[in-house]
Amino acid sequence: MPLQQHAFADVADVHDRLRAAGYLADHAIATTVFLADRLRKPLLVEGPAGVGKTELAKALASATGAELIRLQCYEGLDEARALYEWNYKKQLLRIQAGRDEAWDETHDDIFSDEFLLSRPLLTAIRRTDPTVLLIDETDKADVEVEGLLLEVLSDFQVTIPELGTIVARQRPFVVLTSNATRELSEALKRRCLYLHLGYPSPAREKEIVLACVPELPEQLAEAIVGTIRALRAMELKKVPSIAETIDWARTVLALGIDTFDEEAVASTLGVVLKHVSDQARAIGQLKLSSN
Amino acid sequence: MSLLDRTVVFTAALRQAGMAVSSAETVDAVRALTAVGPLDREALRAGFAATMCKRPTNRVTFDTLFDLYFPPVIGDGLSVDDFLAGEDGTPGTATDPGQPGSAADNDHALELLRQALRGELLDVLLRGDDEELRRLAREAVTRFGSAPGAPGRHSWFAYRALRALSPDTLVADLLSAMLGDQDAGGLAERVARQTIMERIRTFEEMVASEVRRRLAEERGADAVARTAVKPLAEQVDFLRASQRDLAELRRLVHPLARRLATRLTARRRLGRSGRLDFRRTVRSSLATGGVPMETHHRPHKPHKPELVVLCDVSGSVASFAYFTLLLTHALREQFARVRAFAFIDTTDEITRFLRGADLGDMMARIANGADLVWFDGHSDYGHAFEVFADRYPDAVGPKTSLLVLGDARNNYRATAAPVFGKLCAQARHAYWLNPEPRTYWGSGDSATRAYADLVDEMVECRNVEQLQSFIERLLPS
Repeated sequence: MPLQQHAFADVADVHDRLRAAGYLADHAIATTVFLADRLRKPLLVEGPAGVGKTELAKALASATGAELIRLQCYEGLDEARALYEWNYKKQLLRIQAGRDEAWDETHDDIFSDEFLLSRPLLTAIRRTDPTVLLIDETDKADVEVEGLLLEVLSDFQVTIPELGTIVARQRPFVVLTSNATRELSEALKRRCLYLHLGYPSPAREKEIVLACVPELPEQLAEAIVGTIRALRAMELKKVPSIAETIDWARTVLALGIDTFDEEAVASTLGVVLKHVSDQARAIGQLKLSSN
Repeated sequence: MSLLDRTVVFTAALRQAGMAVSSAETVDAVRALTAVGPLDREALRAGFAATMCKRPTNRVTFDTLFDLYFPPVIGDGLSVDDFLAGEDGTPGTATDPGQPGSAADNDHALELLRQALRGELLDVLLRGDDEELRRLAREAVTRFGSAPGAPGRHSWFAYRALRALSPDTLVADLLSAMLGDQDAGGLAERVARQTIMERIRTFEEMVASEVRRRLAEERGADAVARTAVKPLAEQVDFLRASQRDLAELRRLVHPLARRLATRLTARRRLGRSGRLDFRRTVRSSLATGGVPMETHHRPHKPHKPELVVLCDVSGSVASFAYFTLLLTHALREQFARVRAFAFIDTTDEITRFLRGADLGDMMARIANGADLVWFDGHSDYGHAFEVFADRYPDAVGPKTSLLVLGDARNNYRATAAPVFGKLCAQARHAYWLNPEPRTYWGSGDSATRAYADLVDEMVECRNVEQLQSFIERLLPS
């Protein structure tokens, strides 16, 4: 693997370039991203839904001018969907087309690049340009996929029996995300740098809201963030995350609400709380009028 | 001590506190240290966290230890920045309360200082500036947190500093300052109150951390590290949990239930699959010229047990019963049916309370609405079991898993072993979860001996970790 330049000069550089890409990183996020780049290690981002894990990967791609390749994990994801697959239909056609050929000839031909369907992991490894590989919702995939990832992420090479070993020419920047519905294996965690994304501090959340909904008056943004924090302190089934805060800000703006009072909160609560019991609880504890 | 040695000692402390840090991760941590440099403390913290703290539940432990081994300042507040700025910020500029001088003068000066600090605290809490807040915490501990200990040494106490500043008494002032001309009593006030309480809690934690730092300077970080680290939420003892621990535990219920359910479905999927799906097998054989290369099967139907929970809700065991009820309720899809009964000295069905949308105040509603007290409101397992067998003879059947929650402290009353034995015989399985340590079983008024042999197993269930591993065992794969 040829020596390659680091993408970022220092922590402040990460911070500035992510901001230019529309992502407001705090100090911990910027440092961890910087280290992932320096130590050339995959970055495992864990946290509740809607705090901007996937957004971070997208912003990274745009900040470094790299292409984003995404592997969405789901139950039953296997090697054929994650790594590569032989296009056997095309191979069958090829065999039928060349009926008179000797088998050796055909054999060499049908296991060539032309018949290889490259899936995200292999695509990312074979690319020569800067790449950000996003492995999204890793916890949704089965345990066997983790084994596959271990192999790919530790050496950045893939062995295809018929073609030989393919080694990455340019090591992609790997971001794995997880909602922590299950604990990922120790082995996988050991190979990654770990970043836990939680709910942001009030000041940062306000900044995020204002960046996403610039037309919103600052005072309203502050009121919304304060109320969201009050909601987060309750024992709810589903705690509202940043995505919901932004949705709320957009709703408030669209409805032209200019004072964020009981009535406004009660009428738009459905945007942030998506369980009836959570809504009932919030209405009770914030003493909103319940009609 | 060099920074490298410090890192190694820190790693040892993390391991001591129960975090699994491998040597490879230590190497990564040192590489991170070289990459970010030692001057930016928060970057160092982030770097160490990224390489060595890979579970969110360990984060509090990690932060506590990090503050101990990599203190932001030394002494009364000499920081790296002071060195860099070339200031002569000599430690000990503060008037030491132990200094000789006129005692009355000293008291008066201290009182003035206290007022000044309180005023400043009010201002900083209002603005919510964390840096300033930290500085104030440091100042408060330096001035008010110490008490002379053994000769030549100081001892430091968080409560002394907090008592001097008493931030809780500032709430009213803060509220009025924050609300301004907005009407009190409305939504704005509750939101403001929430913000204020959050900031005050942050301040209290800063003071505690500052006290730990000062103690570590006196006695060495290792000595403080051993006592400063709180057990993880999963390992908090149910019987000793504080109000705050319990709130923390309740937050764990839903994530825990979700994790358990995911693990179960994964296990089920790996297991034997069900009957042959003829249609899908034939359909897929078309791709291979009518030869069925692969067979397809219908998904296996998992056996779902009926669960009957019989729990003691008296006094101290109530929190354990509450948590377990919440968890079984959150997992109700994994069971064919969940019925719950509660008792103190008589038994009543409480399934109806579990149906409510909001389970937050379930225990209070049970205490008000259910008929649990017959004689004097002290646990009576004997009578409770008799009433249960008598009033709900059909509750326990051959498909039922019976789950008894309680410490079996019977207040020296009669046991009802024969009745309970019959119940256990009727059930498919019977388990008893006991929140007391195993060594206490059978001591004093504990009637564990009488019942332990009747159930399939009496399980020690002192914390969430043990409860979790039990539930996993209970549910079939």
